Amino acid sequence: MTQQMVKMPDMPAQVHTARTTRGEISIRNVTKIYDPEGVNVMAIDNCSMEVAPGEFCMIVGPSGCGKTTLLNAIAGFHSITSGEILLDRKLLCGPGKLIAAQGADRIVVFQNGALFPWKTLAQNVAYGPMVQGVLSKRNALAKAHEMLAEAGLGEFGGKYPGEVSSGMARRAEIVRALINNPKVLLLDEPYRAMDGLTKSIMHEALLEVYDRTKVTIFFVTHDLEEAIFLGDRVYVMTTRPCRLKKVVNVDIPRPRNYEVLSSEQFRLLVEETRDAVHEEAIKAFRLGERELA
Amino acid sequence: MNNHAIATAARANSKRAAPAGLSLIWYRLRKKLRTSTPYLMVLGLALWMVTWWLFSEVWKLPRFDKMPGPVVLLKDWLAREPFHGISFFTELYYEHIWASTRRILIAFAIATTLGVPLGLFMGWSKRFKDYTFPILETLRPIPILAWVPLAILMFSGYETPVIFLATLASLYVTTLNTLLGVESIDESYFRAAGCLGSKPWHVFVHVVVPGALPFIFTGLQISVGVAWFSLVAAEMVSGDYGLGYLIMQSYVNSVTVPLVIAMVTLGFVGWFTSALVRRVGNLMMQWRVRALALEGR
Amino acid sequence: MVSVGEISRPMAVARSRRSFLLKTLGRQEFWRGLVAIIVFLVLWEIGSRSKEWFGYALPYVGLLPPPSDVAVAWSDVLMKWGYWESWYKSFGRVLTGFIAAQIIGIPFGLMLAINKYFRDVFFPPFEVLRPIPPLAWVPASLIFWPTNEMSIAFVTFLGAFFTIVINVLGGARTIDVRYLRAAQSMGASQWDLFWRIILPGTLPSIFTGAAVGMGITWEVVVAAEMISSGGTQGGGGLGFFIWNSYMGGSLPQIVVGMISIGIAGYLSSSIIRMIGDRAMPWRKLF
Repeated sequence: MTQQMVKMPDMPAQVHTARTTRGEISIRNVTKIYDPEGVNVMAIDNCSMEVAPGEFCMIVGPSGCGKTTLLNAIAGFHSITSGEILLDRKLLCGPGKLIAAQGADRIVVFQNGALFPWKTLAQNVAYGPMVQGVLSKRNALAKAHEMLAEAGLGEFGGKYPGEVSSGMARRAEIVRALINNPKVLLLDEPYRAMDGLTKSIMHEALLEVYDRTKVTIFFVTHDLEEAIFLGDRVYVMTTRPCRLKKVVNVDIPRPRNYEVLSSEQFRLLVEETRDAVHEEAIKAFRLGERELA
Repeated sequence: MNNHAIATAARANSKRAAPAGLSLIWYRLRKKLRTSTPYLMVLGLALWMVTWWLFSEVWKLPRFDKMPGPVVLLKDWLAREPFHGISFFTELYYEHIWASTRRILIAFAIATTLGVPLGLFMGWSKRFKDYTFPILETLRPIPILAWVPLAILMFSGYETPVIFLATLASLYVTTLNTLLGVESIDESYFRAAGCLGSKPWHVFVHVVVPGALPFIFTGLQISVGVAWFSLVAAEMVSGDYGLGYLIMQSYVNSVTVPLVIAMVTLGFVGWFTSALVRRVGNLMMQWRVRALALEGR
Repeated sequence: MVSVGEISRPMAVARSRRSFLLKTLGRQEFWRGLVAIIVFLVLWEIGSRSKEWFGYALPYVGLLPPPSDVAVAWSDVLMKWGYWESWYKSFGRVLTGFIAAQIIGIPFGLMLAINKYFRDVFFPPFEVLRPIPPLAWVPASLIFWPTNEMSIAFVTFLGAFFTIVINVLGGARTIDVRYLRAAQSMGASQWDLFWRIILPGTLPSIFTGAAVGMGITWEVVVAAEMISSGGTQGGGGLGFFIWNSYMGGSLPQIVVGMISIGIAGYLSSSIIRMIGDRAMPWRKLF
């Protein structure tokens, strides 16, 4: 297990002018070993990174490498074996407290969508404030309809997730997260199952949301171009066990739109990062193992 | 018509509003009538009836002559003064039907009120499940009817043992299916609820209960069927009034017509109660009905 | 198809026997279950002896035979040939009815699934007859068939038949149409499609139907034995054993009979599950 020191480049310019001061994540020497059927599996190996408040941070790696495990550790779905994770300088999990408490300050948007199928979109969005006692049921629903309309989903508030397209469902899920004003938005390959056209619309919608709210985003994906198009900083992870391989600053100015995809700067960034990702992808393919949960 | 005319007509048609409500039902009916399905159905049923009639009344084949044919059956069933005492016009018929139905209702109500919370709780708390599941699984293989003597010992009268047996049968099914329902809920929903700041109570009400509903209702449908199964058996062994009892009595008294009438009635009432439960389920699970409709089911 | 459910999941077959035992003993669920059953037995014992010990019989429980008496009665009865003969007779009936139901039911179900015209003609009468509880057929069956045995066999057959057909029908119809198309694009004939895609694809449903059908078969056999024993020959079997014990007033023996049937039923279902696991190695073991 060679300790590969990755030189962290300087913070990109945009982050310094961010309007938020919350949502700073520090991941320090985190290791996660777990034990399916008695065979130790090291999912994360001594991983460290610092995410600034308001940063749009992308984690890229081949499928099954353990990046989702990292996200789950932040969200409090798993424990970690060693190391520590801090949110805004306060300990989320670490020695003595191996699993973070789940809470509305770090909300996850799931890969296959986790809108409650038995609630309408509006009821889903209203769920958070209602359940935390922040708003009464009626007010929560009103605010939900408002925010859905802002996101362009106004007419669909009364529909069930099973009745709308996956793109709309995913956008509604993001609204459901944002209505709680979280410190961090954790996105776990949310657009993985979508076709290219829907994906590009999702990207623009997400960029618009980010420009408006400047919430810290921790986005896990396997798609390098998506990462560079959306993020401020891209962390390239190795295949299992997950270690930091390379960090790239994305200096493309905001607000961004799809024209960025054909720009020279974009192309150069992709080239810079592609070899690293490709190398890991080949290793992962050779391993041939099923993706981790 | 040539292709051009067909295309023009189709284009004009597609601009009309889609049929809804009553006209939708009529449209579907007309569409169905154009296929061979309903005619074959009628054929199948007719074939069966005619074979039965031929075997028992016309040709009087060796074993079949002991059974009443459809004509004899219908004659009595629809008669004002039935030869064997049971028909659509006699009060006794309805007394028997009501006796059985009443018992089913009570058994089903008790089994559901006990079974659903039990199953939900077993799915919710692993500790609770660890303690209760083994007892359930040990008792379950014992056939319901094997309980008859014990039931008669424990409970006095005719009604209670019979209702007990039907309740027991329903209880197993309801509890198990509810448990399965809770365990089938995708982990992501629990996680989503967790990171939205829910307390355990919220998760129970907003995730566990609605998430398990589909399985719960499948279980309830099965449990109605199982309740009927056990009820009839129990009535046949020890009871007074009720369709099972009627069957047994007719057998003992060697009158086959009421026997078959009772059987057919049982079939119908059983189907009806099951369909009722399914309807209620659909009402409560609008989200599922609508999503399935979009898939064309 | 949803069945009442074989909840118990098969252990990973790869483990050696010794570590299997150790693993079970190490599991929390095992100990909690054991505690629960022991508590259950203790409560039963106390409740059923309430008249003796407290002078006051608890309602319901107080009228039951205590587990200690049951244990004694069981050790007695194990020595008697009559007891084992009942096992043999009941198993015989169960197997006859069950196998007949599979032999007729599986092809019938497959035919219904494959051929639309066949289904349109034969499904309606099937659906009309299905809601009638099998036991309601007993008297009619007794009248119709010449011997007791045949009438019991017929009713047993009915019980399992309806279940297996419904399960096969459901299973065959839910085979992903993509598998069929993939096979066709590789040049499969109708015959190939049936034997290589539809049949293996329906196997899980067949086994589910068989397991549930087995449970129903036992119910029906026991019931039929109890009902028809009131009549003529009293043809033996575990159901008759229970009824006889009841009539003869030996209460602990009733419970012995009940538990015996429970064990027999559980064994039958386990055998089916084991055969199922062998026949379908591609299914992931939970």
